Amino acid sequence: MWSVEGGTEEFQPEQEEKMEKSEQAAAAFPPSFSVSEIKNKQRRHLMFMKFKQEKRKQKLQLKKKKKKEREALGDKAPPKEVPKTIENQRVYDETTVNPEDEEVAFDEGTDEFCSYFNGLTNPKVLITTSDRPRGRTVRFCEQLATVIPNAYVYYRRGLALKRVVPQCIARNFTYVMVVNEDRKVPNGLVLCHLPDGPTAHFKVSSVRLRKEMKRRGKEPTEHSPEVILNNFSTRLGHSIGRLFAALFPQDPQFVGRQVATFHNQRDFIFFRFHRYIFKNEKKVGIQELGPRFTLKLRSLQKGTFDSKFGEYEWVLKVSLSAVTVFFKMQEELCCLI
Amino acid sequence: VSNLNKSDSKIGNLLFCLTKSQNFCRNEYNITGLCNRSSCPLANSQYATIREEKGQCFLYMKVIERAAFPAKMWEKVKLSKNYEKALEQIDENLIYWPRFIRHKCKQRFTKITQYLIRMRKLVLKRQRKLVPLSRKVERREKRKEEKALIAAQLDNAIEKELLERLKQGTYGDIYNFPVHAFDRALEQQDEESEEEEEDEEEEEEDDEDVGKSEFVAEDEVEESDLSDFEEMNKLRTSSDEEEQESSEEEEEEEMEVETKASKSKGKSPANGSAARKKRAYVEIEYEQETEPTPKSRAT
Repeated sequence: MWSVEGGTEEFQPEQEEKMEKSEQAAAAFPPSFSVSEIKNKQRRHLMFMKFKQEKRKQKLQLKKKKKKEREALGDKAPPKEVPKTIENQRVYDETTVNPEDEEVAFDEGTDEFCSYFNGLTNPKVLITTSDRPRGRTVRFCEQLATVIPNAYVYYRRGLALKRVVPQCIARNFTYVMVVNEDRKVPNGLVLCHLPDGPTAHFKVSSVRLRKEMKRRGKEPTEHSPEVILNNFSTRLGHSIGRLFAALFPQDPQFVGRQVATFHNQRDFIFFRFHRYIFKNEKKVGIQELGPRFTLKLRSLQKGTFDSKFGEYEWVLKVSLSAVTVFFKMQEELCCLI
Repeated sequence: VSNLNKSDSKIGNLLFCLTKSQNFCRNEYNITGLCNRSSCPLANSQYATIREEKGQCFLYMKVIERAAFPAKMWEKVKLSKNYEKALEQIDENLIYWPRFIRHKCKQRFTKITQYLIRMRKLVLKRQRKLVPLSRKVERREKRKEEKALIAAQLDNAIEKELLERLKQGTYGDIYNFPVHAFDRALEQQDEESEEEEEDEEEEEEDDEDVGKSEFVAEDEVEESDLSDFEEMNKLRTSSDEEEQESSEEEEEEEMEVETKASKSKGKSPANGSAARKKRAYVEIEYEQETEPTPKSRAT
């Protein structure tokens, strides 16, 4: 009995291999045999492993061949192929701002930030949280206040935002920042520019406080930091970028050698706070102090915070189906960059 | 219990109720909410309750005369919205009723009015709206964020931007990197008669900074030392200032480590440490009360 069964088992893989070879030999018709059709899990796994090894071998051979050809050609070799990335494949977005665009310049000259950019007002920021903040959120707010000059942290004791806003205007604040908390962790940020400026609502993720950072330096000093805004190139990105820029005073103190960076990549805005030092004219060293977090814009509202009657300039649309996400990525991924 | 009628007592105290669950009575007409022989609406033929509908309180009464007409068993009386008047109404309707039921009716009525008031107050306050997060979306966003972080190459981007700003001159005169300044500094050093200046350093100065920077980088990469680095920097700058004074006024010789007057701050500590390592003797700094240098060194 045993020998017979052993025999049949041995036969089957041989048979399948033969079939495979015959398929490969007769390349005319498409392979009707695929690894996934084997019902036996172990054997299927085995065949799949073999298939993978074959593929890997072929890939390696191809690479070697290409390298040889390249070396053989020497100077005449074609340039190296650049791998496709999302950034390469992105379709040109019409809303990208041209630096010389007059219309944009005019708009920016007369919008809500013009008084700031003309040097008339100095930023004064009020940082607060949602109700009953936990330790992590409180510490995050404190650290934010050290990073942003002229920032004040106040406890929110159940006050309605709509009532907070006129009070802030009366006391000459230019910004209100509300850190929303969920499950003891900050997860949202409402940034409201005060004298009826735009309100932006962000989703906050990956918050790292100062003590969680490796190799951080001393505390940030009181000097006003420089601001770097990367990749805010569309109209929407431009307005968000100005929103961030107006948080910091217009004249950075280069003596302090501190820089706050808002880097936009694929619609995620990464915030970092560094201290830099120039070793020579071609090299700079940076050391991360300060908290770090990432933001994702959820909505931009024209006036001050008003969730019911506000006029939304832009709202993030989330699609649950994977198909639409895939196609959206193919066409036009980001709105901010 | 005193409110039992003679006829009721025949039902007995045990097993009178089927709506019992853990000492709570689920019957809607129950006045106390507990399952007792005295507060069961089924077991008592004379009973009264308070119930509220849409903010309006009603007094329900059941008497033994109507026990045969289940549809008309409960008499419903609308109570006034005024608390005191309503209490009087209860007293009026339940006059000659057992004390227990009267008392419990009033208690229940009080509790109901209190919670109605609280409901009205809560509506005026801020109402927290819970927005559900979709797990799928969250998972996808997390992955996208990680990928975006990798694609961003933040450190490189920041360094590039800072170097560009340096090139464009936004920093003004703070950092004196340009090459002619180096040559001038070299000339100044040659004027001074310092033995401590090592030729190696001078040669390296003459070279492009590239060769130098390797040396520097070796010392500088440990960022944990960077905190010391700040202090060293201060030392450096103070010693540099002194040196500038000496070189400009040529008054006093200072036996000092470092030379390059207009070097970058980053370089000098490293070189200082290197030079310090090579030397054996103690350095004595002579300080002269001279006029402060016009240049403002960035600290």
